Amino acid sequence: MTGMTNDDGPRTTGTGADTRTLFPVADGDLARLRARLSGAAEDLGLLDVAYRTLDTPIGPLLLAATERGLVRVAFESEGFDAALETLAERVGPRVLEAPRRLDTVARELEEYFAGGRHVFDVPLDFALSSGFRREVQRRLPHIDYGRTRSYKQVAELVGNPRAVRAVGTACATNPLPVVVPCHRVLRTDGGLGGYIGGLDAKRTLLDLERAA
Amino acid sequence: MRTPFEVAVERYGTTVLRVCRAVLGPGPDAEDAWSETFLAALRAWPDLDEDTNVEAWLVRVAHRRAVDVVRARERRAIPTDEPPEPPSAPDPADGDEYGLWEAVAALPERQRLAVAYHYLGGLPHAETAALIGGGADAVRRAAADGVKSLRRTYRAAERTKGASR
Repeated sequence: MTGMTNDDGPRTTGTGADTRTLFPVADGDLARLRARLSGAAEDLGLLDVAYRTLDTPIGPLLLAATERGLVRVAFESEGFDAALETLAERVGPRVLEAPRRLDTVARELEEYFAGGRHVFDVPLDFALSSGFRREVQRRLPHIDYGRTRSYKQVAELVGNPRAVRAVGTACATNPLPVVVPCHRVLRTDGGLGGYIGGLDAKRTLLDLERAA
Repeated sequence: MRTPFEVAVERYGTTVLRVCRAVLGPGPDAEDAWSETFLAALRAWPDLDEDTNVEAWLVRVAHRRAVDVVRARERRAIPTDEPPEPPSAPDPADGDEYGLWEAVAALPERQRLAVAYHYLGGLPHAETAALIGGGADAVRRAAADGVKSLRRTYRAAERTKGASR
């Protein structure tokens, strides 16, 4: 980020306020140009990561995808900027707000929150996780809608019954919450355990799935 | 760069559009140059050094794209006896209540370019001179003269506005 911060120092030419007043640029013009840029970048295959945000009953979600699939779903509490910086470092820095690539998953999430969709049907990219965590996360979509499993049961499911704590970590570091349903994993005593998006969000998702 | 490219668009998109409009007039040519600038920047982004001054780099890229747009315009032009059109007829840009974009378009070329790259783009005099020719001192004078002339336009427009209230 160093290269991006040395512009905040004093400038010897016109002050920001001065040039802003003198040379107006309409917000609409810039928004139109940015949309055109993201469309062209997508067409030319220049984007490592395309993203958009989506308002949902559990708050705004950041949705990000590579050309291989959905790579990140983030809650606002995680910090969208931080999530995008991590994607730039670990996946690639050509990151742009480019909604088109996320059209399908956004529609499916809206259907899910309306109670009409039980399974997500989009390609997933687990580039942000690895090893045992990735193995656990890949297995989570096999827990059916409206059902729950304990951390212990999931450990058994992946053939490593002693790795209960590691399953907890895999759920806590799930890069694709909601779509990869780590909210369906609870403590053996039925307690909620933890959730990246906060326990209120976990409760809301479980209630939604019970009601449908 | 390991920073999301979106950050550069967010921070410098407006500055680059001002530069393109000052160089090419506030019309479609400036918007094409803006798009080409950010597409070229997006291609180069992963290989850019972390300590690059991103704003200055983008302004230099915008200069090259603007030169390309001018060349393409000249190639398209069919030679006739008619006098050439002035650079893109200024669109009435939204919110330009003081007519500043038109006033920039009407400046003598060197003043206009010095205003574009130095005053609006923030490039130092010497770097501006490297783009538009001449020495740093000549750029300093051209920019100062250009800004002075724009301030007169601004004040005149302000007086007109005040009188009409």
